Amino acid sequence: MCGIVGVHLKAPELHGRLGALLAPMLEAMTSRGPDSAGIALYDDDLPEGAFRYSLQPLAAELDWEDLAAGLRDAVGDDVTVQRRGRGAVLVAKGDDGRFLRALERSGASVRLVGHGTSMEIFKDVGAPAAICERYGVRQRVGYQGLGHTRMATESAVTTEHSHPFAAAADLCLVHNGTFSNYATVRRRLTDEGVRFDTDNDSEVAARFIAHQLEQGMDLGDALRMVCKTMDGFFTLLVASRTQFAVVRDASACKPAVLAETDRYVAMASEYHALAGLPGVEDADVFEPMPEEVHVWSR
Amino acid sequence: MVTLSCAELSTRELNAALAAMPDGEQARIVEPRGRHNLAVGLTNRIRVSIEGNAGYFIGGLCDGPDVVVDGFVGWSVAENLMSGTVRVRGNASECAGATAHGGTLVIEGDASSRAGISLKGGTVLVAGDVGHMSGFMAQAGVILVGGDAHESLGDSLYEAVVYVGGAIASLGSDARVEDLSSDDVTRVRALVRTAGFDHVDPENVTRVASARELYHFDAVKAHQY
Repeated sequence: MCGIVGVHLKAPELHGRLGALLAPMLEAMTSRGPDSAGIALYDDDLPEGAFRYSLQPLAAELDWEDLAAGLRDAVGDDVTVQRRGRGAVLVAKGDDGRFLRALERSGASVRLVGHGTSMEIFKDVGAPAAICERYGVRQRVGYQGLGHTRMATESAVTTEHSHPFAAAADLCLVHNGTFSNYATVRRRLTDEGVRFDTDNDSEVAARFIAHQLEQGMDLGDALRMVCKTMDGFFTLLVASRTQFAVVRDASACKPAVLAETDRYVAMASEYHALAGLPGVEDADVFEPMPEEVHVWSR
Repeated sequence: MVTLSCAELSTRELNAALAAMPDGEQARIVEPRGRHNLAVGLTNRIRVSIEGNAGYFIGGLCDGPDVVVDGFVGWSVAENLMSGTVRVRGNASECAGATAHGGTLVIEGDASSRAGISLKGGTVLVAGDVGHMSGFMAQAGVILVGGDAHESLGDSLYEAVVYVGGAIASLGSDARVEDLSSDDVTRVRALVRTAGFDHVDPENVTRVASARELYHFDAVKAHQY
């Protein structure tokens, strides 16, 4: 069992409260996933051409400034460090491919958990409330966010196996459920040159969606392809720089509730995670039907 | 009239307070905010009104009380109901009335997938639509759908009967449409009166029951195994 939550803010006046809205939603889902949690936040505050790289340390002691200085020399652009709990977000201008190659070459004891112009991701093991506190979620601003609380059933309780899974710049996914044919789909994707970081089934869905988008499909069609190709139980919440989307499998046995008002769209595994949102009593509250793809764009 | 607030009491405290009430008493539950497991396992003849949207398993396992939810509910409302009534003024999520042995569940809005799954003698009355796989493996009892039924209605039905006022997207395995008898009309008329469903015409519903072809091993098809 896992819990998923997300909010896509249509009204700019709510952007300053993104973290304050999202943290209680995530904490409400502790009962569905007490062992680890993760969050993706989207904000468009960076200057044109700048990327953020969400990194987690693999070693206990890591000098982030030292790492940034090394990367600065390698990419020839300024690299700044924003500390986030146990990890950090590095912000750098210029080509993201060059930065990612430089990061790999540096041999630093870090794992990249996501990158993009708008998206940052952090995930950790422990109770969702502790993780919200450690990463200062309540103070964060932005236009959309999603989160996941995990009760591991298919792989180990580690940060590496926690959601969200990022698979391309600004694209990430949280998943409640299990995929049964993920090894087959992963083999097919691997044959087509897609690389994987973990043995997790949800990562396969994230890479599958990214692969469809790369081939020119839009997010709605990519999710319809998930329904056609991937076998198992799933409620997926997927975000990109401009979109926020939800889909459930044909048997719809993993829950999802959506609440939409003029000011936001919010999604959670269970309604009580939405109960504290402003104006939710007047929201259009509904469940996505089996294999019905819902996409919101900004 | 007792008022209990979910903002002040844990679910366990709240259910203990309800269970301790003498027959004939009334209780209001305020600020439910999607709380699960409200008014479960009660065996006293009390009236409980839940004033707002509630979570999973509302009124489950009850044997006697009358529970009204003035809002919508999550999964498995009135699950394993034994007797008494549960009425939901809004919509219900999946598995409404699952395995109910007795009593009556009334949903004034729509019910989601698998409404009345494995019903064991209870009565499930839905004013609006029901989601896919409703009535799945229902063994006894009756389901009335005022609106439309989504895919695979009545899959693997045993002896429960489903009446549908609107359209049926598709029938599940071994479910079939049967002629409506005068006994059916009398039965549906009583159900419609109980629920207060003015929009359902008892003479104009579709009866769905089991074709009973999954009941026994068919030697003619032995080669398929």
